[in-house]
Amino acid sequence: MSVSLGASVRSDFPLLARCVHERPLVYLDNASTTQKPQAVIDRLTQYYADENANVHRGVHALSERATVAYEQARAIAATFLNAADPREIVFVRGTTEAVNLVAAAFGRAHVGRDDEVLVTEMEHHSNIVPWQLLCEEKGARLVAAPITGAGELDLDAFERLLTDRTRMVAVAHVSNALGTINPVREIVELAHARGIPVLVDGAQAVAHMPVDVQALGCDFYAFSGHKVFGPTGIGVLFGRLPLLEAMPPYQGGGDMISSVTFERTCYNAVPHKFEAGTPHVAGVIGLAAAIEYLERLDLNRVAAYERELSAYATDGLSALPAVRLVGTASEKTAVLSFLVEGVHPHDLGTILDRDGIAIRAGHHCCQPLMDRLGIPATARASLALYNTRADIDALAGAVCAAHARFA
Amino acid sequence: MSADLDALYRDVILDHNRHPRHRRAIAGCRKGEGHNPLCGDRLTVYVRLQDGIIAEASFQGFGCAIATASASLMAESVAGRTIAEAEAIFERVVATIQAPASAPIDDLGPLSALAGVRKFPARAKCATLPWQALLAAVRSDDRSVSTE
Repeated sequence: MSVSLGASVRSDFPLLARCVHERPLVYLDNASTTQKPQAVIDRLTQYYADENANVHRGVHALSERATVAYEQARAIAATFLNAADPREIVFVRGTTEAVNLVAAAFGRAHVGRDDEVLVTEMEHHSNIVPWQLLCEEKGARLVAAPITGAGELDLDAFERLLTDRTRMVAVAHVSNALGTINPVREIVELAHARGIPVLVDGAQAVAHMPVDVQALGCDFYAFSGHKVFGPTGIGVLFGRLPLLEAMPPYQGGGDMISSVTFERTCYNAVPHKFEAGTPHVAGVIGLAAAIEYLERLDLNRVAAYERELSAYATDGLSALPAVRLVGTASEKTAVLSFLVEGVHPHDLGTILDRDGIAIRAGHHCCQPLMDRLGIPATARASLALYNTRADIDALAGAVCAAHARFA
Repeated sequence: MSADLDALYRDVILDHNRHPRHRRAIAGCRKGEGHNPLCGDRLTVYVRLQDGIIAEASFQGFGCAIATASASLMAESVAGRTIAEAEAIFERVVATIQAPASAPIDDLGPLSALAGVRKFPARAKCATLPWQALLAAVRSDDRSVSTE
């Protein structure tokens, strides 16, 4: 039998070889954050040891070197998303900041009194609250498209909710709590047919499938570096060039200006207009290393491997009579939300942790989704390319033991 | 490691989680809400006061085993006590939970079972949530209490 992708890449991730509570770590909390390959850790160290300087400022050698690496990273991120132009890539702190940027800079100019912003019931708080703030400020309404019991978007209902008041659509590419993959291309077609721009929260997608923003047709796409094997504190906002060019700045400061007097400031060109202050240069360079690592593995192969692993995990957990899976969309990533009869998710999380198994227990920053499903919380195992069938077996065994303890 | 789990989920806790005592609403009395934003748990604690004495306490809501057992044990232990006595019990429960793992366990009767939380600092809030809701209720403060 050939060695699985998961088994072959595990040694690239030093933390996966560590023990927790004297047990080998079984890391199943990848929707929260992913572990980092040695290639990313080394790249960060190399940057700080050999290259550290500010970007877009100095004429000295180090600054030029850092600037080149920083802008190369932009090109790498553009290729990763198949953006038409590197200027469509804005570096931000993460998905949350990207959504806030679009809500503030684009939303404020396009959403007015009695207008509507359409999201879905499965959104992460980060793709709800920025729009809620905008709607409160403008006297607009936040509308949530319903989901089915399986955790899929009700596309017919979504279409009916696109009205002549809808100014913006914001949807998750993949649900962080359920793993549901939304039909983004159809969503974009329906919205664009009515002239409505679409932002896609790609935080849970980019580590698990190839993403092509031109094929999706979306206007904005956001993701976080730390969920794609890169550093924390860095993320990407893709925006179509004409939209970015028409948008006012998000924050004021250095790097986003071309000239300043006390009377007037001329803003720098896109994308620098949106990157006020010294950027997270190391983070950007580390993110580029993560993307290069992922592309060497081939995301199509990663997606196929995770599909197979997800099916194995779904079968394994479904076979346990005490387990109920929450979110059973036909198109989903390897995110398994579940409930164990008689065991609260929080207790399950504590018990599994003592076996070295890291899962998430709670509402997953999706309280409206939990309300919709009529449950306060779930346990969630979220897989990534380095997980193996052995991890799933450990999970299933520990879930059984936890159930027995509470029975 | 499983010894820590055995201490956390000792039989008293598991029993009160499986068969919570006083899990019901009391109509027309003071109530307080407790909310743990970390896990989404919500508890409502009801208190019927009579001449400054807690004649009856009960709770409703959804919580983990620690929160549920703590609420159940609390409802049993504060009945017939004055508000000041209930507050003193809560202080001793908190001190017991927050004490170092090696410290002797204060004799709080069945409530001593909560001492197992010591080795799980992330779960301390679960144990104190119902008590905070109780205090909110007796102080006639029906605002929701958050553990954050």
